[in-house]
Amino acid sequence: MTARTTVPWGPMARMAGRRLLAAVPVLAVVTFGVFAVAAASPFDPAKAYAGSSGLGAGQEVLAQLRENLGADRPFTARWWDWLTAALHGDLGRSASLRQPVAQAIAERIGWSALLCGVAFALAVILGTALGVLAGRRRGGRFDRAVTSLSYVLEAAPPFWLGLLAIWFFALRLGALPAGGLTDTGSDTITAGQVASHLVLPAAVLAVTQLPWFVLYVRQGVGDALTEDPVRGARARGLRERTVLLGHALRSGLLPVLTLVGSRVPELITGALLVETVFSWPGIASATVEAATSVDFPLLAALTVLATAAVLAGNLLSDLLYGLADPRVGFDG
Amino acid sequence: MAETVWRTGRATGVRVSAALLAAVVAAALLVPLAVPLDEQAVDLGAKLLPPSWSHPFGTDEVGRDLLLRCVYGLRVSLLVGVVAALAATVIGTAVGALAGALGGWADRVVMRIVDLFSSVPHLLLGVFVVAMFRPGVWPVIASVALTHWLSTARIVRAEVLSLRSRPYIDAAVSGGASRRRVLVRHLLPGVLPQAGLAAVLMVPHAIWHESALSFLGLGLPAHRASLGAMVQSARGSLLAGDWWPTLFPGLFIIVPTLAIAVLAGAWRERLNPRRRSELTL
Repeated sequence: MTARTTVPWGPMARMAGRRLLAAVPVLAVVTFGVFAVAAASPFDPAKAYAGSSGLGAGQEVLAQLRENLGADRPFTARWWDWLTAALHGDLGRSASLRQPVAQAIAERIGWSALLCGVAFALAVILGTALGVLAGRRRGGRFDRAVTSLSYVLEAAPPFWLGLLAIWFFALRLGALPAGGLTDTGSDTITAGQVASHLVLPAAVLAVTQLPWFVLYVRQGVGDALTEDPVRGARARGLRERTVLLGHALRSGLLPVLTLVGSRVPELITGALLVETVFSWPGIASATVEAATSVDFPLLAALTVLATAAVLAGNLLSDLLYGLADPRVGFDG
Repeated sequence: MAETVWRTGRATGVRVSAALLAAVVAAALLVPLAVPLDEQAVDLGAKLLPPSWSHPFGTDEVGRDLLLRCVYGLRVSLLVGVVAALAATVIGTAVGALAGALGGWADRVVMRIVDLFSSVPHLLLGVFVVAMFRPGVWPVIASVALTHWLSTARIVRAEVLSLRSRPYIDAAVSGGASRRRVLVRHLLPGVLPQAGLAAVLMVPHAIWHESALSFLGLGLPAHRASLGAMVQSARGSLLAGDWWPTLFPGLFIIVPTLAIAVLAGAWRERLNPRRRSELTL
């Protein structure tokens, strides 16, 4: 019999509100930093705007462009213009994608969310299962195999895993497509095609996130198995399965679930590499393209977006933590 | 029973890791002295040969021996990794020690800055910095240092805070030692083992970060190929079905990373024997 728990919506909403207020200056400072770095770098917006045709452009043309773009003004002024425009929904134009930045993000963010969501869910489920099995008998053969494999996978660069997966599953077995969102030559996006193209990138991204979950769950379950509640449950003669899943897993999994939100930076890092390897049309691969072609408006907007995602993840983490452990509360 | 097996397994693991790491570092340092590699040399008659006795790792798309190229790539990666890790450790130790020793508002401001930096994903920040300042080695090193000093700063600050409450610091202060003297003579030496451990642990991260940047085409120039750049340039031959130019550079990233992780785990255990490290194989 469990006591009916009520969710403290009020304090949680207040905490979310406070964090939202705190996020405003953080995001403002991050954008300021982005502009300051760009100003300190040899990067010339006028030349970037002129693109490859800028090679032939004379000094006067470049000077005119610079004036039109306001590139000669101090970066603080340019930052302020960008910020006020951004607040009105105008994020500028992306030179590399040849469309407004807001439109580029809107078109691509869904695909990234799909990839990251599926991969993360996969990592949580698989990680929990493997972690429980490994933590059940620490030092056993299975545990050693799983733990060693986790360290190897953690050390392996995601892009390398992705390429090897392409070689094996797409080239060798011919079972799955090597990249992209749809088959080449098809104009329409069907759910079936997206699903088959999603399998490899999602699996590789999940594998890069997996070691962390496995090791934490293993640690949590293993520790919980040596504690009094489990000893008590065993003494009452409960089945091993009930002890493991009902007692050890419950207390071992809580700290992991509460840290889930703080994995957002690693997820973004993984997505940057995996989307690039598989030519997945998400915002992470757009970030890399923006960086290689120094597409500043796009790069600035995506940096801010990623920061916002990290802050949201931290908030989620703290909310879950407060829910899981009422002693912590929602004061942060 | 299982416990003792685990223990002996661990001691072997430490020995194997030490040997592997020593071999890898020695190869990266010594082989280039003995066998010169001409990055421009092309032997199209020997291109993309699978691994064999004369070429244990096979050859790449222009006929260069992959084992030799991997050693050279590792040399570049190790060099960049070590320099970047050192830079990050120096920044982190300085910031952390100052924040911990000064306390008060200075501490709060510094920790806010650390929080600020942690809220931008590392690789993204690194990509941004390199994109703005490339090409060259220094932007890559700066990008790693800029994104990796945070954890060291946190560790060092916490350590300084705990040292500050020790009696010998009180004794130094009441003995009339200046703030600066307390920091340099009494606090910093106590922090150095932790900072050293953090620096060693950071080398694999730095190599990882550098190879990711190089893979994205934002790293070092092609005539100084690091392991990540080698994986990048092998993409074409991988899609044609030749796996070896991709597989081996990646293994060269993994092996030193794992060896350092195992050794650092053992070192940490020595520093703090009560909390047995989980970082072993």
